Amino acid sequence: MAVVTLTINDEMVSAQEGQSLLSVLREHGIEMPTLCHLDGLSERGGCRLCMVELEGNARLQAACVTPAAEGMMVHTHSERLVKYRMMILELLFSERNHVCAVCVMNGNCELQYEAAKIGMDHVRYDYLNPALPMDASHERYAVDHNRCILCSRCVRVCDEIEGAHVWDVMGRGANSRVITDLNQPWGTSLSCTSCGKCVQVCPTGALFTKGATVAEMEKQHDFLRWILDGREKKVWAHGNGK
Amino acid sequence: MTKTITIDPVTRIEGHAKITILLDDDGQVADTRFHVVEFRGFEKFCEGRSFWEMPGITARICGICPISHLMASAKAGDAILGVNIPPTAAKLRRLMNWAQTVQSHALSFFHLSGPDLLLGMDSDPATRNVMGLIDKYPDVARNGIRLRRFGQKVIALLGGQSIHPAWTVPGGVRDPLSDENRSVIRRMLPEALDITGLALDMLKDALDSYRDEEAMYGNFPSLFMGLVTPDGGLEHYDGLLRIVDADGNVLEPGLTPARYREVIGEAVEPWTYLKFPYYKPMALRGLTGESPHPNWYHAGMYRVGPLARLNVCDFAGTPRADAELRVFRRLAPRSKLVNNSFHYHYARLIEILFCLERIAETVEDPSITNDRVRSHAAVNNLVGVGVSEAPRGTLFHEYHVNEDGILQKVNLIIATGNNNLAMNRTVKQIAQFHINGKKLDEGVLNRIEHGIRLYDPCLSCSTHAVGHMPMVVEMVDAN
Repeated sequence: MAVVTLTINDEMVSAQEGQSLLSVLREHGIEMPTLCHLDGLSERGGCRLCMVELEGNARLQAACVTPAAEGMMVHTHSERLVKYRMMILELLFSERNHVCAVCVMNGNCELQYEAAKIGMDHVRYDYLNPALPMDASHERYAVDHNRCILCSRCVRVCDEIEGAHVWDVMGRGANSRVITDLNQPWGTSLSCTSCGKCVQVCPTGALFTKGATVAEMEKQHDFLRWILDGREKKVWAHGNGK
Repeated sequence: MTKTITIDPVTRIEGHAKITILLDDDGQVADTRFHVVEFRGFEKFCEGRSFWEMPGITARICGICPISHLMASAKAGDAILGVNIPPTAAKLRRLMNWAQTVQSHALSFFHLSGPDLLLGMDSDPATRNVMGLIDKYPDVARNGIRLRRFGQKVIALLGGQSIHPAWTVPGGVRDPLSDENRSVIRRMLPEALDITGLALDMLKDALDSYRDEEAMYGNFPSLFMGLVTPDGGLEHYDGLLRIVDADGNVLEPGLTPARYREVIGEAVEPWTYLKFPYYKPMALRGLTGESPHPNWYHAGMYRVGPLARLNVCDFAGTPRADAELRVFRRLAPRSKLVNNSFHYHYARLIEILFCLERIAETVEDPSITNDRVRSHAAVNNLVGVGVSEAPRGTLFHEYHVNEDGILQKVNLIIATGNNNLAMNRTVKQIAQFHINGKKLDEGVLNRIEHGIRLYDPCLSCSTHAVGHMPMVVEMVDAN
């Protein structure tokens, strides 16, 4: 694959052509906030936290879905970008009912982490306070839509890794909701294998193990790398003899 | 010309309140009202949440006694799961609950009421506060801080943090007690016991100079309610609900707390956010005829908290507290109960002593450091009631869930609420005693506030029902 040279924050770096800009940035130690991105899953470009400025392009681009190209001039932490990231996080908090103090993921939540890291100390927008339900019909897990940021990691991991495609997204805009099967209680889903991958990849406390109490959930993503490496090396292939 | 006097806000209590005093043409007190002017809404917004979360959510009702809510909520959760929690977990919960009572009572006695008791009810209001106390009686103030610190430290050693620890959960507790932390508690105990002994001596020495207060500050017959052990001892965490009358006649010897609805009703008034719980069998007697008196439920007035607990129990159960309890009971005429709310202060100190003795006993229990502290189960009952004794009195949490454990209905009766009728009555009694057409001074108003402080009310905790009640009572001239 061809190698391209681009400039990131006034420094020349090289990357493989077609490689996502986000992975180039991370390879070079540039910390980029992300919520919908997760190594091992397809990119969605939904959360917009990894937006960068490209010289000669008036529109901001999400680094996760932008391929590195020859001669690109990238800025990752301009004043404008930090302002927008802060705004995005505040909008996420105002859109649903995120109450960290009583959340199962308090202290381990990716949304909380990103907000703290960028220095978000208040929300300038009116909270929408939607009346959203909690579905605890599944024997082992529960979903609390109040804490969902619609990153769709659950949808992608269930479809791409587990192959069950239990989860999907229903509705439009801020009214979207993740649903199981044909929008029925999770516990009645016939396609769910109860593997728990969706719970482990969820960045917030929206998906959690039933019975978990405040700050008790910790999520592990490393199973994804393990499964995908195995898939690449064909260790899971039928008749492998292992 | 009638006149209204407003005390707003009432200070050195937890939460926000005001008092209005209505004077008649002769300047005599016609009526008084104790208004709780804040609104929380917990019962309503918890609907739709999972009962697993309730200890964490309801602990936020209060920053002074979150532990009480953790206990009642976790117990309601245990009932929904239908489990017996591991014995060590029950002991650890008790340990934390006693520590909580120590710290909360220390706060009430030394910091909130101490300035009135030691500096004088009529002393300069600018220094009649904890800072003034530090200035004039630095040792007493320091002792108060040290004693409160003991309670908070025990809570932190068990739960990881002193305020809102997420440690008590349906099924038990999250972490066991380590040997190291047990030693820390052991080392801190002697000082806490010494301070409590000193405070008891100090209060008993001062009682003579408070004869008027003793006679007029909430001195009236009422029922008393509290938990007792199955054999009638003083109890704070579990046990049976006992209700006695002012003469010591036992009306409810030992009701299973989950059946509290059979005996406790709640009335509402448009001028306060705090409900008025009452003892049903007594109150319902007033509900005769076609148009019952608007105050029909007042006959069911009962008191809860330290005074009530000492009145309902047959004995305390620890040596020093039992000795003090015998002295305490001599305050009342033979075979009667102590009916003066002024003695809440005294009762509070005896309870601190009791809790410290119990803590000392429990940390020596060899099984206290066992690490089996959590039972696991799914929803097995659709209703769970958790009742415990908060520092301020009996606390009820009742949850109705669906089969997934999602809350359909929540009822909370917070300790302070139980005392609502008694607090109103106390305010009226003090106002009638001190205001009689003469000029009003700040000292008198402070005395009326002190009537509320006796109950150490936690108002922010106790208003949680949903509904719209207009709060428009202000300084009004009848003309």
